[in-house]
Amino acid sequence: MIRFNQVSKRYPGGYEALKNVSFNVAEGEMVFLTGHSGAGKSTLLKLIAAIERPNSGSVLVNNQNVGVLKEAALPYLRRNLGIVFQDHKLLFDRSVFDNVLLPLQICGFEPRESSKRVRAALDKVGLLKREKLNPVALSGGEQQRLCIARAIVNRPAILLADEPTGNLDADYSREIMEIFRSFHQVGATLLISTHDQSVLEDEGVRRIALKSGELA
Amino acid sequence: MTGKFGHQRFLVQSALRRIFASPLGGILNILVIGIALSLPAGMYALLKNVQTLAGQLPGKPEISLFLVADSNDEAIEKIRTKIAQHPDIAGSRFVSRDAALRQLQAGSALGDVIEALEHNPLPDAFVITPRVDTAAALKRLRDELADWGGVDLAQMDSDWAYKLEALLGFGRMLALILGALFSVALIAVTFNTIRLQILTQREEIEVARLIGATNAFIRQPFLFFGAIQGLLGGIVTLMILAIGIRLANIPLAEVARLYSSDFRLQILGWGDSLSLLLFSLYLGWLGAWLSVSRHLSRITPR
Repeated sequence: MIRFNQVSKRYPGGYEALKNVSFNVAEGEMVFLTGHSGAGKSTLLKLIAAIERPNSGSVLVNNQNVGVLKEAALPYLRRNLGIVFQDHKLLFDRSVFDNVLLPLQICGFEPRESSKRVRAALDKVGLLKREKLNPVALSGGEQQRLCIARAIVNRPAILLADEPTGNLDADYSREIMEIFRSFHQVGATLLISTHDQSVLEDEGVRRIALKSGELA
Repeated sequence: MTGKFGHQRFLVQSALRRIFASPLGGILNILVIGIALSLPAGMYALLKNVQTLAGQLPGKPEISLFLVADSNDEAIEKIRTKIAQHPDIAGSRFVSRDAALRQLQAGSALGDVIEALEHNPLPDAFVITPRVDTAAALKRLRDELADWGGVDLAQMDSDWAYKLEALLGFGRMLALILGALFSVALIAVTFNTIRLQILTQREEIEVARLIGATNAFIRQPFLFFGAIQGLLGGIVTLMILAIGIRLANIPLAEVARLYSSDFRLQILGWGDSLSLLLFSLYLGWLGAWLSVSRHLSRITPR
């Protein structure tokens, strides 16, 4: 589903974020991406969503080389991805409900069907009763869950999460991992970057470890 | 289908919400557009009115053929025959010098002065209705008639109509130039408003890009914004014209009464009003499109 072939990424200024990285994530697999901050986890996820492009090597998503996709083709790649951003990227000019609605509007869903899906996604992350609030009124953990609801409302085949339990305490982290696991159970492919030890205690989940931009 | 219309309704609603998000700014923008368009549109309305007025006056050109003073009956008969035989002349009416004097006496305040005259200073005349109607052909006919023996002067009575037509042409050109200039102003106003909109919604645009929005999807709300702002500006223009014309009609009614006419300025008709609205809507859309094309591509997600 996701395949990296000898991928390197150098940022302008010469900083080399990824060096010669190769790995493969199968369809329906759930994988942790581990490493210290600065190890290249975020860059790796950005390459999958074509937010950044590799300097060498190829990034295949669904057998499509996303590193060379035309600008106009990017939206259709990203609609198949659910992304949980490290900084949430919520919109504070609209309600919780409308934040989750946005991906469906982008895909042109019918309003009634959209509402149903938005409520289902909010229910899954336990925010159904907060749909009318502005995200500003939510706690850090709730904002994180809102971001997850927005990522899964579209039922994407692949879910990418960048430090989803970043600043949360253990209870919140566990809740969020539960949500991911249930999403994994319905067949989605998940790639979750984390350095959270409480999350990594989870046995039976494959890990891809990065160290200074290289596979450890 | 319902999905599509639902989305368009959503776009219209959110455009209106954004225009009036800061009520003062939104209303000022619409006023600027409305006032800018009301100048050329008002000029157009005025020209249209003058044209209608001109249309109410005798439109058929006539040529007055004044004979040399003290022409005898024989000379008059000769000219009458020549007129009857001329292919470019549709008809004629003879006005004798006595009849002309009586007319002048009755139709003007100069009655007493004329009464005091010792003899009639007026010549005999024919009023000719030509068969031709182009300016060039009329001029040729007049020149030909002026050369006839026994004719003192051939005068085109519709000269004023051609002068008015020329003036109207000048006015129309002026309105067109003003229209073009203010259209550019409207586009510029929209361009700048949309630029600011894009800056304030930078975050939203980035997020939308990240979750798979096409450029068309991102562009749409801005285009709707520009078009609706233009349309509202057009409505303001129509309101300004309606009020302005009503006000102008108050003193005009007095002037018209003095000329015993019931002439009043008319507001733009349905067709013209609709054209104006569509035009302002299109200009707003165009300004937004230019702005979006220029500014959106600079926003790429990190």
